[in-house]
Amino acid sequence: MARSHIIGGVVAALVVAGAAAAVALVWRPAITAIDPPPPQSFEPALVKRGRELAALGNCNDCHTVRGGKNFAGGLPVPTPFGAIFSTNITPDPETGIGRWPEEAFRRAMRTGVDREGRHLYPTFPYDHFTNVTGEDDRALYAYLMTREPIVAAARPNELRFPFDQRFVVAGWKLLFLRRDTYHPDPTKSAEWNRGAYLVEGLAHCGACHTPRNALGAERAQAAFSGGEADDWNAYAINTKSPAPVAWNADALEFYLRNGWHPDHGTARGPMAEVVSNLAAVPASDVHAIAVYMADVFGAPATPRSREAVVAQAKSGAAREADPQGAAIYTATCAACHESGRQPPYGGINLALSSALSAPDPRNLVNIVLAGVRPVAGERSPIMPGFGASMGDQQIASLVNYLRSRFTREPVWRDLETVIQDARRTQTAYLRTSAGPTSAPADAMQKDKP
Amino acid sequence: MTTLKVNGQEHQIAAEGDTPLLYVLRDELKLNAAKFGCGLGQCGACTVIVDGKAVLSCVTPLLLVEGKQVTTLEGLGTVQAPAPIQRAFMEEQAAQCGYCIAGMMMRAQALLQRNSKPTDAEIRGELALHLCRCGTHTRILRAVRRAAHLMDTAELSPANQESVR
Amino acid sequence: MNAPIILDRRRVLAGSGALIVSFSLGGAFAQEKPAAPAPNLPPSLKTAPFLDSWIRIDANGTITAFTGKAELGQGFKTAFQQIAAEQLDVPFASLQVVTADTALTANEGYTSGSHSMQDSGTAILHAAAQVRALLLGEAAKRLELPVETLRTENGAVIAADGRRLGYGELVANDVLHLQAQPDSPLKDPATFKVMGESVPRVDIPAKVTGGAAYVQDMRLPGMVHARLVRPPSYGAQLIECDVAAVETMPGVVKVVRDGNFLAVVATREFQAIKAMDALAGVAKWQENAQLPKQDELPSMLMAMPSRDSIILQKSDPKVVGQKAIEATYTRPYQSHGSIGPSCAVAQFADGKMTVWSHTQGVYPDRQAIAEMLRMPPADVRVIHVEGSGCYGHNGADDAAADAALIARALPDSPVRVQWMREQEHAWEPFGPAMVTKLKASLDGHGKVADWHFEVWSNTHSMRPGGAGCLLAAQHMAQAMPVPPAKPIPLPEGGGDRNAIPIYSFPNAQVVHHFIPDMPVRISAMRALGAYHNVFSIESFMDELAALAGRDPVEFRLKHLDDARGRDVIAKAAEGFGWLRGQTPPRDRGFGFAFARYKNLAAYCAVASEVEVNRETGRARLVRAVAAVDSGQVVNPDGLINQIEGAILQSTSWTLYESVSFDDKRITSIDWQTYPILRFDAVPDSIHVHIINRPGLPFLGSGETGQGPAAASIANAIANATGKRLRDLPLSRKRIKDAIDA
Repeated sequence: MARSHIIGGVVAALVVAGAAAAVALVWRPAITAIDPPPPQSFEPALVKRGRELAALGNCNDCHTVRGGKNFAGGLPVPTPFGAIFSTNITPDPETGIGRWPEEAFRRAMRTGVDREGRHLYPTFPYDHFTNVTGEDDRALYAYLMTREPIVAAARPNELRFPFDQRFVVAGWKLLFLRRDTYHPDPTKSAEWNRGAYLVEGLAHCGACHTPRNALGAERAQAAFSGGEADDWNAYAINTKSPAPVAWNADALEFYLRNGWHPDHGTARGPMAEVVSNLAAVPASDVHAIAVYMADVFGAPATPRSREAVVAQAKSGAAREADPQGAAIYTATCAACHESGRQPPYGGINLALSSALSAPDPRNLVNIVLAGVRPVAGERSPIMPGFGASMGDQQIASLVNYLRSRFTREPVWRDLETVIQDARRTQTAYLRTSAGPTSAPADAMQKDKP
Repeated sequence: MTTLKVNGQEHQIAAEGDTPLLYVLRDELKLNAAKFGCGLGQCGACTVIVDGKAVLSCVTPLLLVEGKQVTTLEGLGTVQAPAPIQRAFMEEQAAQCGYCIAGMMMRAQALLQRNSKPTDAEIRGELALHLCRCGTHTRILRAVRRAAHLMDTAELSPANQESVR
Repeated sequence: MNAPIILDRRRVLAGSGALIVSFSLGGAFAQEKPAAPAPNLPPSLKTAPFLDSWIRIDANGTITAFTGKAELGQGFKTAFQQIAAEQLDVPFASLQVVTADTALTANEGYTSGSHSMQDSGTAILHAAAQVRALLLGEAAKRLELPVETLRTENGAVIAADGRRLGYGELVANDVLHLQAQPDSPLKDPATFKVMGESVPRVDIPAKVTGGAAYVQDMRLPGMVHARLVRPPSYGAQLIECDVAAVETMPGVVKVVRDGNFLAVVATREFQAIKAMDALAGVAKWQENAQLPKQDELPSMLMAMPSRDSIILQKSDPKVVGQKAIEATYTRPYQSHGSIGPSCAVAQFADGKMTVWSHTQGVYPDRQAIAEMLRMPPADVRVIHVEGSGCYGHNGADDAAADAALIARALPDSPVRVQWMREQEHAWEPFGPAMVTKLKASLDGHGKVADWHFEVWSNTHSMRPGGAGCLLAAQHMAQAMPVPPAKPIPLPEGGGDRNAIPIYSFPNAQVVHHFIPDMPVRISAMRALGAYHNVFSIESFMDELAALAGRDPVEFRLKHLDDARGRDVIAKAAEGFGWLRGQTPPRDRGFGFAFARYKNLAAYCAVASEVEVNRETGRARLVRAVAAVDSGQVVNPDGLINQIEGAILQSTSWTLYESVSFDDKRITSIDWQTYPILRFDAVPDSIHVHIINRPGLPFLGSGETGQGPAAASIANAIANATGKRLRDLPLSRKRIKDAIDA
């Protein structure tokens, strides 16, 4: 009898302890709301620094929806678990973060918890932002709190059970959120370290460019081996890079600053907004990122020059070329892509295209379907889309031909399914993405009116 | 020889497969509406409808549209029997030089065929590819809204219905 | 539309002999003196005083009105048809208008400078009224009745007793071959049936149903297709060109090479394009151009040799300025950007050259082409056929010359030349870059005491005229030199158009620095110097108003005596809801501007609301309200259409546009590299209020909106951001830099 009491007592204790542990795991205290701080209370220099950091962090890209106001949220981000809508991070007191003290902002960046103590989905990449220093958090806070407050209530997420229960995120964090993953490396230059700090932290490149596991966490052992964003393939940006001409620090820096490179093409899809933001960031920071990433890319064993790549494609140890695809290419694409006119206004020689050499065909399909749209009022590349004039079979035929003609990579499979899916996802993407503010510019014209 | 169906009629076209549809329409079939504005897919003046979707005919080679249904502005109606989109543009006097208008109308027609009640943002988004240098934009938007209204309230004649498929 | 219209004027007058028509040849401007002294007639009648130059009535009663002006998409054909129908007292649909054709119509120079209504419209107005009077007189003679007892209706003269004589019956015996009189029995505006009505445009139905409407739609029997291979830059020399391979390409009929002029002709259009690409591939050029630095244009312009003239000097030593400010405004080269690249058809047969072109000036272009080909002008006929909107001197005249030169090499074949997009962008003559420097001071009462304005600019017209204005003539082996640049004289002006302010200032000086050298090819673009001069004046008036602590609209009214100008300002302000001391919504600004085009044409005021995104610097016109006084309005909707268009086009120029170039070549060669307004930036609304002045002369309105719209937007941006931008275009980057500074 006593034993059952004892057992009962132990079980009860365990349950209580377990519940307490669970609560301790999940529960976070609310931080008391404050009155929205007046914008004048922030130092202009701090706000300016925050603007640059926000550009590095690409905050506006997720937190602005097409047709909506800056930072007011509402962008649907597709995940394997459903769609998550970005929140309003303007300083509106009721629908934004106007009542957040700096401490709450910092906690959100570090641990992914909002002011009221709710867990935030890691679509907000706090697994990277956790590396941002307190000083940079302070500048970001100053910047955000001095933006125009917009009344825009957060849209409810469209997640499947049980992912719509926020406590699940607590478990995710327990498994995957690592703090202080970034440490300066004394054997490397100051620039490299600055680049590492930015890349691993604010710039959160891995959030797109690193593959994720079944629970949606980045696979640390496969850092930068390729991932995705908004149904675009984010290429591997390490030794597995598919770029026919290898990237180096100079090329990376040029690309990140200008949004294009003659040996690689033009940044499109979600990357277009990233490079548009980087155009507003101090050159030294972009340089640092390029130095660090060049190290991540590494130098390939047998690098091919641009000339070699183009020549090899021309001579084509041609595999069996799809004649229909060949005819479509010659009649439709060659006029721009073999004109000799340089990017960003001329079509890239497809032998140089990463989209064509990557394991994943989606980017090429996305571009063929929807083309490249100009940025309002700016000198911008314009490529027509062919989704309306080409059927799925025609696109598959063309893409197959391009793959075999310009690369030595294995044939892509299941193209018609990819194309059907892409039609759907790209329509949604174009409807919701606000798009870049500035356009890839010819370096000579960049700073001219 | 390529078989091409344009405005409900079949034609045998002797042009090469890489000939842009724009030149086939204008030169082989003597149709005026689709215009050469840039030949680069940047301005929309060449827009026609292929299998219900608006395409830029200047960057669409003949070989892509073999066997498909092509509809041009001429296929929608005539001065005596104008289609709703044509009536709307005439009633709104939505033209200055008029060179861009045929392309605008075909894009709008394709939009209205799949979305009969577009919002202003949707119309603007659809017409984003199209340039007008004279500054007729506000009238064009009014004309598209008017066409939507006309299509909503009027009945298409059977002849028109066939030609826009 | 597909065959040339050959009208034999001999058939006009039943039973009469040859008709003597007096047209003056040459003469670029309406100020040209006529062959015989004519009584004091308004401009176009002065140069073509015979009534049947304007109105022709056939024996069967068919009525045709003739104008030497061209339909550019402004709706003039319709407006002229209205005028003629009204004054002749016939139904609108019963007559036709024939436009610019050197074989048929008067020489009215160019369709430019907003002169069409003022000159041609006025001529038709008076000619039609006088024709009607003549027909009544003739009927009175025949019916032996007093002319006062007769009336006109539906194309006939009707007596009280019901007897009826159709116009066609009355035109025998050269009755219309009379010179116009200084006075016309114009109809009372209160009785107008069709003038003053928004009659639907006669050209729109064809344009929305695929009818043939443009020179691009012409298809003549046996027509061949030509494409140019233009040099890569100004002054480039063709040093090598092995055409053998191109000549054997499918469909190629001929490769035409004449010095640096290079073209290929094929039977089918796409064959011509492919041949053009191949020909461009084998052409080797030596490039000689040295273009200025694009971002140093203002200092370059001010340093170039110039001919300086003081065009206004007013002095009142009693008035002394206290607070003074100064400002410099700049404008880059800007492009016409016609949506349809230039096109022309030419045929050389029996020693005669016929050219169909969308040129704005059929007579001057004929003169130039004849000179280029070393032919008598009488053997060259130029017929205007609509192209896309040109907004001034674009590639049209050059395409006409190209077609003529090629056609001469292929006698009897109609040759169609179509410019490519890149060629239109690179070779059209641009609107000139300009700099203005303004200085003014306010007296103790907050009024302007002293005003000083200087403008640096090239000429704004290099229209043919001389053959050397044509690219083909410059490029051919026996090249013709580019004629020396000449300023357009005041009161019209070129770079100094609207440089003289309409406001009354006690002390004022305006200096025009005319720069003859043209490192970049330039010519007339809609509004000419008025776009930048009004932008400068009206921006500066706002700066002065701010200095005086006054509302911008009030400040302008304090300095404006012109009553019609005051009415237009009041109307626009009222229509907009302009309130003194108003505060715009967050991130928005209100701006106002006003001008009278050329200080003698139409009045226009524009009030605008602009939104500026402070994060990105992007400015967007939210709404605009305009008021316009064009004198007697013929077609209200046509006028509104023109003003709406001017505002939107000016918005695009002002926010986006500048021609780009490196040290050798023009680099803005397509819509990627020369972006213009798209639908995402179109305002929510534009409202145009017309102040109609029945009975008053027509005032040119096609260009009156460009300057006020630009300044209105600049003033709204200043209002929204607190920052004043003075360098066009007011690009997103410039606005952002100003906000961040």
